Amino acid sequence: MHTSNVTFHERVERALHDDQLHVALQRATGRFTTLRATALASLADPDAVRDRARLIRAHTLNQLDRYLTQFAEQVEAAGGTVHWAPDAAACNRIVLEIARRHGAQRVVKGKSMVSEETELNRDLLAAGLEVIESDLGERIIQLVGEHPSHIIVPAVHKTKEEIGRILHDKLGIPLTTVPEEMTAGVRESLRHDFLRADLGISGVNFGVAATGTVALVENEGNGRLTTTAPRVHIALMGIERLVPTLDDLGVMLQVLARSATGQKLTVYNNLITGPRRPGEPDGPDEFHVVLVDNGRSRVLGTEVAEILYCIRCGACLNACPVYQQMGGHAYGSVYAGPVGAVLTPALGGIDAWPELPHASSLCGACREVCPVRINIPRLLLAQRVETQVAGHSPWWLKVGLPIYSWLVVRPNLFRWAVRLGGFGTRLLGGRERAIRWLPPPLSGWTDHRTFPAFAPKPFSRIMQERRQRS
Amino acid sequence: MPNPIRRVQLFATCLVETIRPQAGLAVVTVLERLGYEVEYPTAQTCCGQPAFNGGAWGEAAPMARFTVDVLSKSDAPVVVPSGSCADMIVHHYPELLVDDPVYLPRAQALAARTYEFAQFLVDVVGLKDVGGSGQGAVTYHASCHLLRGLGVRSQPRALLSHVAGVEVRELDGAEECCGFGGLFAVKMSDISGAMLKTKLDHVIASGAQTVVGCDISCLMHIEGGARKRGLPVTVCHLAELLAAQPPAGVA
Repeated sequence: MHTSNVTFHERVERALHDDQLHVALQRATGRFTTLRATALASLADPDAVRDRARLIRAHTLNQLDRYLTQFAEQVEAAGGTVHWAPDAAACNRIVLEIARRHGAQRVVKGKSMVSEETELNRDLLAAGLEVIESDLGERIIQLVGEHPSHIIVPAVHKTKEEIGRILHDKLGIPLTTVPEEMTAGVRESLRHDFLRADLGISGVNFGVAATGTVALVENEGNGRLTTTAPRVHIALMGIERLVPTLDDLGVMLQVLARSATGQKLTVYNNLITGPRRPGEPDGPDEFHVVLVDNGRSRVLGTEVAEILYCIRCGACLNACPVYQQMGGHAYGSVYAGPVGAVLTPALGGIDAWPELPHASSLCGACREVCPVRINIPRLLLAQRVETQVAGHSPWWLKVGLPIYSWLVVRPNLFRWAVRLGGFGTRLLGGRERAIRWLPPPLSGWTDHRTFPAFAPKPFSRIMQERRQRS
Repeated sequence: MPNPIRRVQLFATCLVETIRPQAGLAVVTVLERLGYEVEYPTAQTCCGQPAFNGGAWGEAAPMARFTVDVLSKSDAPVVVPSGSCADMIVHHYPELLVDDPVYLPRAQALAARTYEFAQFLVDVVGLKDVGGSGQGAVTYHASCHLLRGLGVRSQPRALLSHVAGVEVRELDGAEECCGFGGLFAVKMSDISGAMLKTKLDHVIASGAQTVVGCDISCLMHIEGGARKRGLPVTVCHLAELLAAQPPAGVA
């Protein structure tokens, strides 16, 4: 998890004033939201498929120990090697060890959010390896030294105009704003990288416990090349990414692409079981799966365990009005958006990320689009309680909320407080009956809106007079 | 024994109490016009949602118990002119009081007979047309907890479509959050402000002069944003339009 030395509010401030970012986000999130709705509607009974997908995730996580053991046995039975990484450091150590054993110098990588979690590239580069990201979006941000700002669209924060400029400056591709020309240019450049690489590292969308199969979905063919062209393939996988059977995988794939990109199915669906077998023309000599915990097992059994159901489709990011305004980098975490706001403190500890559960208006748009129906607002609330208990509330809430609570259960005092508030707000509101400025922390309100003066007569008084008249 | 469905209790909410009493009065007017006897439990204060959403459940629980007590003196259905506060009572009180063997069943019983105002009219009373009157171009903002919390999507629109004298304009992103979110508007002021700006841009583009909604909280937020920016936009609770009678000779 990368933290930055810039505070959350500074990051937000910067993002909100970035006009390019705003244009890029508006274009992309709007488009994905529409595409998702259409694609989901193409299922005969989308709600039933989502219910089933949720049940599969719940079932798997309830018996994760059993399915992990089965998966590991099946991977080994198919000729692969399984490694267990309790944390980020262990994961990177395992990968470096494999690289060293093979004298690897050049690495091609497919998209892997786990590798972002463990900051694998940093360690690979430090060990003197050359690392090329092969996913187009990942490649673009690698060229400018940035991190992904979206789970499935890593460079969503860039406009096509900016991307054309980056590819021109860094890869010498003729300056263009036509996406097809850009992809053709990158494809040309990547082709050489694939052929020269001696290690391929990929992520995993799902591991199938019954068969030891690793499922990898993608649209560019880079995943297929990354996992087949180099001599060694290492797949990085969070321990929660399992489904019991290939049938279950079928259900998950029905909702994954639809929710992510609005496709019925991604263009490439790679099902990888073990390394190349005798007589097969393609595939790596060695196939390794690194099962990464990195905080996940601690989340099991907690109030927010449901967040582990997530299949990383990114639909909640696209639907989230907060994400739409500030993008992914403002969160400061590997995982952005509603899922990131829950997952990041769950994996990394609430004390390191106290703002994230509060970076939501609890509008519920995330819950509405989640293919496995994770009640994200409910999980955010659970974490808000945690931040409160841990003492992360601002002073004015520590003082204000107990007073407010005390007054609410004392109706007579409450009426007096309303009167006092009425007096104060009418005085401050003046003739306009609207307050334009309040001191901090209430300036948070008046920075963007006026606050109305209370009505001359509270509703309870009106009702009282009404009753006396009748 | 009086027919319980002909009596309702009004839980007006703290924002009707302080900011917009005319919305509460409008609810009473509409319900009485439909033949309901409206009880107003005088001890009512606030449902406690700001504390609940802020994570201060220790502070929220006594407020929930208090409101459960206030609204359990009568067994009449409870009508709330706010999707958000109704959602608090319907969904979050039982969650909040889950460990309280005395109050949980009472909270569940209360939840089962609590309705947001538009939801009550359409789903309980069974009317999509209760009349009403207004003027000019209006647009409907679907507040989040009403829409996604209580699942009330079509009912307010149906009622609004029968209001005389108004022209209803479609609002782009009508189901997107206005950025209010309770304490969120103060704690995450700039994000909230950016969301509000998007909402107001859509309102201006719709050509409507008035935003109609079912939550004073969102409406206060939208109105405050409009005034801050000097935009010619006013707000109005749906009940206020439904309560108004067309001027004589027009209807």
